[in-house]
Amino acid sequence: MTSRAEILDALSGVRDPELDEPITDLEFVSGLDIEDGAVFVRLRLPTYYCAPNFSYMMVADAKEAMLSVPGVKSARVVLEDHYASGEINAGVNDGRGFDGAFADETEGPDLKELRTTFRRKAFVSRQEKLCRALLADGLSPEDLAEMTLGDAPISGEFDTYLDRRAELGLDVSEGAPLVVDPDGNRVPREAVVAHLRFARLTRVSIEGNAELCRGLLAARYGTPGVRGKEKMA
Amino acid sequence: MYEKDGEKYFVVDGHTHFWDASPENWVEGQEQYAKGWIESFYGYHQLGPEEYHWPMEKYQKYSEETMMKDLFEDGYVDKAIFQPTYLKSWYKEGFNTIEQDATLAEKYPEKFILNGRFDPRDGEEGLRQLERDHERYGIRGVKLYTAEWHNGSKGWSLKDDEAKRYLEKCEELGIINIHVHKGPTIWPLNKDAFDVKDVDDAATFFPNLNFIVEHVGLPRIEDFCFMATQEPNVYAGLSVALGALMHSRPRFFSRVMGELLFWVGEDKMLWSSDYAIWHPKWQVEMFVDWDYPEGHEYDDFPRLSTEGKKKILGLNAARLYDIEVPTELRLPEADKDTQSVEPTVS
Repeated sequence: MTSRAEILDALSGVRDPELDEPITDLEFVSGLDIEDGAVFVRLRLPTYYCAPNFSYMMVADAKEAMLSVPGVKSARVVLEDHYASGEINAGVNDGRGFDGAFADETEGPDLKELRTTFRRKAFVSRQEKLCRALLADGLSPEDLAEMTLGDAPISGEFDTYLDRRAELGLDVSEGAPLVVDPDGNRVPREAVVAHLRFARLTRVSIEGNAELCRGLLAARYGTPGVRGKEKMA
Repeated sequence: MYEKDGEKYFVVDGHTHFWDASPENWVEGQEQYAKGWIESFYGYHQLGPEEYHWPMEKYQKYSEETMMKDLFEDGYVDKAIFQPTYLKSWYKEGFNTIEQDATLAEKYPEKFILNGRFDPRDGEEGLRQLERDHERYGIRGVKLYTAEWHNGSKGWSLKDDEAKRYLEKCEELGIINIHVHKGPTIWPLNKDAFDVKDVDDAATFFPNLNFIVEHVGLPRIEDFCFMATQEPNVYAGLSVALGALMHSRPRFFSRVMGELLFWVGEDKMLWSSDYAIWHPKWQVEMFVDWDYPEGHEYDDFPRLSTEGKKKILGLNAARLYDIEVPTELRLPEADKDTQSVEPTVS
């Protein structure tokens, strides 16, 4: 039988594309029911007008994640308290897709391009976080420019960076340069400082946005989500 | 005017509203959107200090007396700029129209600057309306809300040819300050709703207009900063940055400020309270006291001096709007040259 922990674990692989954090940590998962292999999940967001495109991605990704869990026969996700709840829920659960749900308001192709844009931002931000930690450990920007992935010490930041890097389809082999741009090109030695400066701005944007969303969600609901509740129990 | 430690600050609040979101003003059949809108605003409101929180009923509709007291008696504001937000699809008389704002602006002309708006989807009639608003109210700025719903359309772009016609009209009439709000639900939905590239385009095309990006493009501050470094006529409107982060997330606020000071610079940043989302009093006080927290992560951000704070709190906006600044509130080097504040070249 499928357990709540297995489902929550699968859902923790679903991230808010803008904030680059799991929807479980963000307390977006507000309800979870499992009955005879049928899973039902409720999601909530910081405001009534959160961008429908990103909202759609999270609902669709949550459904896919649950269906990947062994023993799950059907999965239904409902986004609550959102101006486009109706369209989004129908689009995901009836398989009409984003373009089908908002037929008059999009111009193809589906959400692929938008998703890629934000994966690139997430990659840049995670690389900056890793590099900042390495610089704090005493390495110089020049050292970073010469390093390969195999040279970097193993850490949580490193694992996340590799994950985001792989998601973009970039080389993650040990001999690949550590500091590359989102297209996979090595950042030359003399450009590393400027590259990291801009990368830091991207990270401030993503992390600042996540802080704002956490504050708004707390103001709106004032209660933890499923993950938070089960941690406290 | 705010005074602290012997320093006097001339305060221009660059973004204020006099709104009516009470249920009586909700459009029939659109109640959920009208309600959802003010509730979203209320979420932001709660990110300010608790002693400044209002009950929802007051937040939906506040009085003239409340606004005058909050801004000019308690909030240190010398001059406030009204920015309209129409949203007539959801609010019968509009959420915050130029007519609503004008009831106060015409009664207290020395206190307020009244800005207008346009929506290129209004076509020829909209152009005529812009001319009438300019003639009637003498507007020098507009607030543009590219995400506003209108006859089934859910937004527009500054890149549109129609928008260019309106910007040409602004230039012709001397409406030089273009405040652009970057908000959610813009059409088409499968693109990034906060994309600031259309401002980049317009700023290049209209070098004589000033483009003030409200809420500094949050949550796309990196795209905004990158554009602002390249466009001399693009400015940062700080409303949400201060209101939502300074009290509730002070360390993040300091990182955001550090980045803005590095990329945009203190000569192109404009404070505003976004009243009635947040009260100006605590923002002015806290900002004047603000400095980076302890920690090496802030080491290579530019410092912000008292002079820089004076610019951000009022002198930069005074320059854009030709507001007369009392002599004792100007910066020393600007004394001989009326109220203009030239950027200091390093």
